[in-house]
Amino acid sequence: MTSKNTDPFPIKQIRSDFPILSEKIYGKPLVYLDNGASTQKPIQVIKAISGVYENKYANVHRGVHYLSQVATDEMEAAREKVRGFINARSEREVIFVRGATEGINLVASSWGKANLTAGDEIILSQMEHHSNIVPWQLIANATGAIIKVIPIDDSGELEMDVFRSLLSEKTKMVAITHVSNALGTIVPLKQMIKESHDTGALVLVDGCQAAPHLQVDVQKLDADFYVFSGHKIYGPSGIGILYGKETLLEAMPPYQGGGDMIDTVSFSGSTWADLPFKFEAGTPNIADAIGMGNAIDYISTLGLPAIIEYENALLSYATEKLQAINSLKIVGNATEKAAIISFVMGDIHPHDIGTILDRQGVAVRTGHHCAQPVMERYDVPATARASFALYNTFEEIDSLAVSLAKVQEIFG
Amino acid sequence: MMAGELNDLYQDIILDHSKNPRNSGYLEGATHSARENNPLCGDRVSVYLTVQNAEITDLTFEARGCAISVASASMMGQMMKGKSVAEAQNLFKQFIALINGSDVAEGVELKDLQSLSGVKQFPTRVKCATLSWHALQHALESGGIESKTS
Repeated sequence: MTSKNTDPFPIKQIRSDFPILSEKIYGKPLVYLDNGASTQKPIQVIKAISGVYENKYANVHRGVHYLSQVATDEMEAAREKVRGFINARSEREVIFVRGATEGINLVASSWGKANLTAGDEIILSQMEHHSNIVPWQLIANATGAIIKVIPIDDSGELEMDVFRSLLSEKTKMVAITHVSNALGTIVPLKQMIKESHDTGALVLVDGCQAAPHLQVDVQKLDADFYVFSGHKIYGPSGIGILYGKETLLEAMPPYQGGGDMIDTVSFSGSTWADLPFKFEAGTPNIADAIGMGNAIDYISTLGLPAIIEYENALLSYATEKLQAINSLKIVGNATEKAAIISFVMGDIHPHDIGTILDRQGVAVRTGHHCAQPVMERYDVPATARASFALYNTFEEIDSLAVSLAKVQEIFG
Repeated sequence: MMAGELNDLYQDIILDHSKNPRNSGYLEGATHSARENNPLCGDRVSVYLTVQNAEITDLTFEARGCAISVASASMMGQMMKGKSVAEAQNLFKQFIALINGSDVAEGVELKDLQSLSGVKQFPTRVKCATLSWHALQHALESGGIESKTS
């Protein structure tokens, strides 16, 4: 299954698995460094999805007919792959959602309505993606709960002493990212979860940026909820995962009502299906759930230890290359970082950087990365961000550096 | 060497305006102002005007944005001072046409603004070039006064 760490990383084979990597952009080879926003898909995933529609497709959990059973089995097999990927205790704890955003909204709404009252506190961090801020603001407005924010220090790490001072018996939920999408910072999650639990708070983790880059073990972390998206782990968009501890999910009311999530329905009242189906109202995204399972197979075949080692080498090389550019300043220099580099270049606006890189075939993200509080913290309107994946190469980092030199040439 | 289209976009005159924006700052005694944001990138621009007898007698702006948006605001200010409100609104239409690659009405002199025509080859940057213009348009329409941008 997994390659040994002593084997060289099979980068050539990997690149040939991703058809889009041979595209030309404005006549130049594509250098895709926007993996934090979304990753490209290997042929194994693309074929699996079309394969579902070609010969395995019907609605799930309904029909007595053959294809319905095939589709149901495939989808449940994907759920089992996800369970193994994050080491959940049971597939009852693995809920298919549209993406991490929907997972957070589900918990904020369902758990929040049942458990939050006026004066209760929710702790977030300053490095959260908007998707881990706004759902909590909505439920705070509805319940009278109060949001407290853990600040970031100059290097891009959370101010842990402030976190500790914010924790109290009023804290009901700590919602925190595992890896910052704007800074690359890996958060000391295990410690924060332990301290949160010690004061009686639950913890929801936004694992979007962690799932493709770190080995996630929800039991070891002791996370209460953990969300991530399929499209950031080389799988399709429109599918994602909410992991929740079974006892918590059992106690929560449904988020949406509809088919598939009921046990019995009558006008005198309805009863809910068992987990995980209680939270999967309506026909799910069948093909993409199966495709997400194939993406996990792809990662597992390479082995996360080998991927992590390779991406760390890319990160070190890119950090060194970018730091050598005079006017360039990296935003976010945490000791523990995933392969994400946010940067600014003097007075040159990141949009201009992005446009010039684009014309060299280099795709980076520019803007606030859906993390406006982070931009405010560093007093920049935006940054440029290069985020790496298992198919990126050292040569591509050289191309990035050459293209950045062009930015300097144009802006003098 | 730069690719041709990049050359069109980042002409010297545009880089000059972006590095040394004309009429930048808050305008004391403005009669009209408006602020525009680009929620996609967090860029923002405020435009301040003094309008007397249906004539724009003064115009300044405060911008936080890319080279294209700052240069566009700078050139817009130069162009608009001394114009009647009706002329300004026509220039707005003509400038939008220029940026979108449509025909500019005959007899309309866009002067330095002509240099921004390269933006039409960069559809993702059209919003940058037009942000301050929309702020001007809103200021003229609403006539309200914004507080100073911090």
